[in-house]
Amino acid sequence: MKIIVCIKQVPDAKDVRLDPKTNTLAREGVQSIMNPYDQHAVEEAVRLKELLGGEVTVLSMGPPQAEEVLRQAISCGADHAVLVSDRAFAGADTWATSYTLAKAVNVIGSFDLLLCGKQAIDGDTAQVGPGLAMRLQIPYVTCVQKVRQATDSGLILERMMDDGYDVLAVDFPALLTVVKDINEPRVPSLKGKMRAKKVEIRRLSAADIGADPACIGLPGSPTQVVKVFPPEARCKRAVFTGDLDEQIGQLVDSLQPYL
Amino acid sequence: MIVEIARQITDERIIPHRAELDEKDEFPRAILNEMARADLFGVPIPEEYGGFGGGCFDIVLALEQLGRGCIGVGTAFAASSLGVYPVLIAGSQEMREKYLPDVASGKKFAGFGLTEANAGSDASGIQTTAVLDGDEWVLNGTKQWITNGGEAQIYTVVAITDRSRGARGASILVVEEGDPGFSCGPKEKKMGIRASATTELIFKDCRIPKDRLIGRKGTGFITVMKTLDSSRPGIAALGLGLAQGALDEAASYAKQRVQFGKPIMAFQAVQHMLADMAIQLEAARALVYGAARHIDAHPNDMSKVSSMCKVFATDMAMKVAIDAVQVMGGYGYMREYPVEKMMRDAKILQIYEGTNQIQRNVVGQELNKEYARA
Repeated sequence: MKIIVCIKQVPDAKDVRLDPKTNTLAREGVQSIMNPYDQHAVEEAVRLKELLGGEVTVLSMGPPQAEEVLRQAISCGADHAVLVSDRAFAGADTWATSYTLAKAVNVIGSFDLLLCGKQAIDGDTAQVGPGLAMRLQIPYVTCVQKVRQATDSGLILERMMDDGYDVLAVDFPALLTVVKDINEPRVPSLKGKMRAKKVEIRRLSAADIGADPACIGLPGSPTQVVKVFPPEARCKRAVFTGDLDEQIGQLVDSLQPYL
Repeated sequence: MIVEIARQITDERIIPHRAELDEKDEFPRAILNEMARADLFGVPIPEEYGGFGGGCFDIVLALEQLGRGCIGVGTAFAASSLGVYPVLIAGSQEMREKYLPDVASGKKFAGFGLTEANAGSDASGIQTTAVLDGDEWVLNGTKQWITNGGEAQIYTVVAITDRSRGARGASILVVEEGDPGFSCGPKEKKMGIRASATTELIFKDCRIPKDRLIGRKGTGFITVMKTLDSSRPGIAALGLGLAQGALDEAASYAKQRVQFGKPIMAFQAVQHMLADMAIQLEAARALVYGAARHIDAHPNDMSKVSSMCKVFATDMAMKVAIDAVQVMGGYGYMREYPVEKMMRDAKILQIYEGTNQIQRNVVGQELNKEYARA
């Protein structure tokens, strides 16, 4: 079974601040990590490999230093790593990114399963996974919280919903995006870390994947960011006192204007 | 790399669960399995048996991290290596091939059975016997306070094979889980390191194949001494980790705790306590690291440096843990804060793997020998 996992290097949300003047992320001195959801996608891929055999390829679009997260994925059990990197990709939105990744997946070759994290913690769009599936014309399931059953031909999954979960069956090839509940990512092994140091990372440029220059990077991105601003804090606080019935009464009264 | 892995396991897997493991007296199987998957059990095992051929210093660095989280978990981990050191030190090629790969991968755990009710510091009081009967050894006796008892699958057991020869009459044999006549007693209730399992090993006409003897008959005590020489720096490292954890807790508490309008860190009385804790910890760390590197060069005075670092680092750990509780006052005494457990845990470091009094004997005896030559 061939699995491809798309991963992204993101700034560690614990360290991120907004530049008060420009309202953009102040990235200087902020540590980069593998997008946390993607760590769960890598873990699930490695578990499926351990269960069914096969191999796991991790794929990332990003600057040269995104190699770090690919190596991290290798240390956690992935077999191969591909970095799609080119200055021409800069400024890509989710539309251009899914185009680029789809082109890269076609270069990597055949696969049974594509895995992505639900969303990246920097952009928070959750669009790249589904976008990639549409471009590859394969079925997809988002927010997978559990793989109930895995066979060589397909999976039975639980998809997280607001009020419970759906149980779905999907045939390969397919794309899943996963939520954090799906597993607990493993600690890298010593053997894995040693392999990660030495492993050769395949690099693909825009030309290597045959990308149309009009479809990648800034020119290929229809999204325009007009303004970025931190939302105003809106919540009013109130403390209700008295016995429980009185407190409930006060709460109902305070909600009245909104009903 | 070893440190990074051990640190990640400590921060992500041990620290969030240590209080619960302590409270419930629970063996940390899930954590140990994660450590196995991360290849940590392979660190002390040579590469030809599926390990990484790490030296004493590598093991010290790993155990220091684990000790920062919980020395109960660290003890369960370390005892598995201890359990197969005799095989590594004196076992035949076949025996090494049979036992070491499974311990290196963490598929099986091991335990070391030396102590008995009447044979603690004085190992010559061992009552457990092994008598050759045809192609089998027959073991009788009871081992006491054996770490990983009931959880391990492989036990190295010290037994008397020839009472008339005194110390030269002891041998070490491998007993496997499920051998006829072998059982483990109930789990002991301990003051600390409650995540680790401690039981009796009971042998009642326990019959094992003849080839389970490690090395030659009668060489048991030499192997025991070599085993403990190799393992003691690991105990010292657990002490370093525990003290680091206690200092971290106490210092960050002292920054936050406000009394008389100031964080208590601002008071010299508290600052000096923290300073002394940090000074002693660094001194111990320098000694343990130095000893571990020295041991990796396979010197003649391994026993001496191994005992020196065990005494110093574990006495330090006890003192630092006590002081951490003192800095934190009433909060430190409560179970909600980890230093209470650290203080209970620290005590065992001064007792097991040879009491600190015995370690001083070893250092003294070695000095006596050295100066006789001079």
